[in-house]
Amino acid sequence: MAKQEKQALQQVAGNGLLSRRHLLGLGLSGAGLAASHSLVAQESGVVFSIPQWSRQPGPGSSPYGSPSPHASHIQRMSGNPNPTYPGGGASRSPLQYLQGSITPNSLHFERHHAGVPAIDPAGHKLVINGLVRQPLAFSYEDLLRYPMVSRIHFLECSGNSGAMLRSATADSGATAQSIHGLVSCAEWTGVPLSALLEEAGVLDQASWVAAVGADAASMGRSLPLSKALDDVMIALYQNGEPIRPEQGYPMRLFVPGWEGNISVKWLTQLKLLDEAAQFRDETSKYTDTLADRSSLQFTFPMGVKSLITSPSGQMQLNNPGVYEISGLAWSGHGSITRVEISADGGRSWADAELQSQVHDRALTRFRLPWQWRGSDAILQSRAHDSRGNVQPTRASILAARGNIATYHNNGIQSWSVNSTGELRNVYA
Amino acid sequence: MSMPDFSAKRLLTSLLCMAMLGAGWNSVAQDRPAPGLGQAISEAQLDDFDLVAPPGGSGFPEGSGTAAQGRSLFNQRCAACHGSEGQGTSGNTVLVGGSMQSEGTPLRTVGSYWPHASTLFDYIRRAMPADAPKSLDNSEVYQLTAYLLYLNGIIGEQETLDRAALLSVTMPNADGFIDRSQLH
Repeated sequence: MAKQEKQALQQVAGNGLLSRRHLLGLGLSGAGLAASHSLVAQESGVVFSIPQWSRQPGPGSSPYGSPSPHASHIQRMSGNPNPTYPGGGASRSPLQYLQGSITPNSLHFERHHAGVPAIDPAGHKLVINGLVRQPLAFSYEDLLRYPMVSRIHFLECSGNSGAMLRSATADSGATAQSIHGLVSCAEWTGVPLSALLEEAGVLDQASWVAAVGADAASMGRSLPLSKALDDVMIALYQNGEPIRPEQGYPMRLFVPGWEGNISVKWLTQLKLLDEAAQFRDETSKYTDTLADRSSLQFTFPMGVKSLITSPSGQMQLNNPGVYEISGLAWSGHGSITRVEISADGGRSWADAELQSQVHDRALTRFRLPWQWRGSDAILQSRAHDSRGNVQPTRASILAARGNIATYHNNGIQSWSVNSTGELRNVYA
Repeated sequence: MSMPDFSAKRLLTSLLCMAMLGAGWNSVAQDRPAPGLGQAISEAQLDDFDLVAPPGGSGFPEGSGTAAQGRSLFNQRCAACHGSEGQGTSGNTVLVGGSMQSEGTPLRTVGSYWPHASTLFDYIRRAMPADAPKSLDNSEVYQLTAYLLYLNGIIGEQETLDRAALLSVTMPNADGFIDRSQLH
């Protein structure tokens, strides 16, 4: 019986990639891993009993929920504190332990330039000044009364995945989180920036908006006025609740699709200018030096990208059989239209199934069944977006830019699987 | 250079809104009445609040300083992380030296990499020293800016740096950047 169903599994690319139709429940039930587990259970003669937690009432409701203690290992990962950079640094989302496409607020990645300020919204102002007809100040309470929009978008630090370019040899101990964890996705709700700019009256000579945060670094970034009038919001809510202090409470700029640093947290000032402010974090940092030693500045949209999150680096496949390959794809240029998966290091590819509703500039979950036969494999994913962009290989990025630039890396991630089922980060 | 007139800007704005109709973005909110709660303020009220100092010079305050004055202040407030000569105590704290034309990955510092002198003043004033940002007065910020420009061989030790002098400084890597801001 099991043998018969295995033969019915339709391979669509090399090294065991299976047809997407198997995701719909056709043919998977007697095959591979699931089958062997249930057979073992039957043969071991385990007698099922009512568990202890079904024999006594549990604690009642709680004012603010928290995860199961059995899921307590699912945490953000931070680097060591740097005494020359108080409060600075980042924490990375545990992408390999999450499913779907929305990042829980407690696990959204962080990047701070001088720590998280303890802001009392009653004492916080958003000022709009510079080249405007009338400088204005808004309180948090004021903004709560404005018409709002809600949009699902990813946010990615332009330094995400930089290790892939920085290290000449692949770190075999790396995980999806450690290399790629500076990306997350949430439903952001707030006031369109255009409404506030219209109220202040943007003067004709204005062409840039300098955005400044209320953290100790007064972190600033400049964005072109055309973008500010297009789809930028003052975000007040993240996944339905007020944005967390580490995400910019009480308000942050949210700039869909663009490098994360420009979505200035703890937003307190928007100054209309006729030039870019040339802040430190758009000149000295977040710029990419090419092989000829010229440097790219204001690389705004994040390139089309994907990675397999399960299985991924440091995971272990225990038995040959059928697994679901699953991962995330996104593009700062538009929506994800196609994700291909390879199990043979890019020699052959098969199209993955995308989540049922794909959002513009949002993390997009993809899946494809795979029959691991217990032999070596190299797993890769390659994303395409609605603007026709295709995710490049690491090698082609290095060929095009040299090895000095490490921001804005959207190269293909490779995970190797060996005959004992260990997954490792590799360059392939 | 001629400025586009208001009608051209309005046209551009409506085109942008039309382009976004598919995504249903701001046009949705713009169709709804805004409460108009912005409190009118004056630029004078923002003298101590607005620290934005772009290279065109619009945000630079009164005050001045020399590298010679900046040296003792730097030793007192900055050297613990940056070293007394700006040589740094770790990768990100190096402020002096390097060349964009060196072999291998170039050492990118204020002197070798930063395209605008204005950024130095702007950043020190808003973010430094890291353990007590915004604790320096404007003349102290000019002094430290002068000292770092001097350490990088860009100005002399006794040169007085004020708004006008700072705006006239051309950084060694001023032409080293490719502006991609319109590619989106």
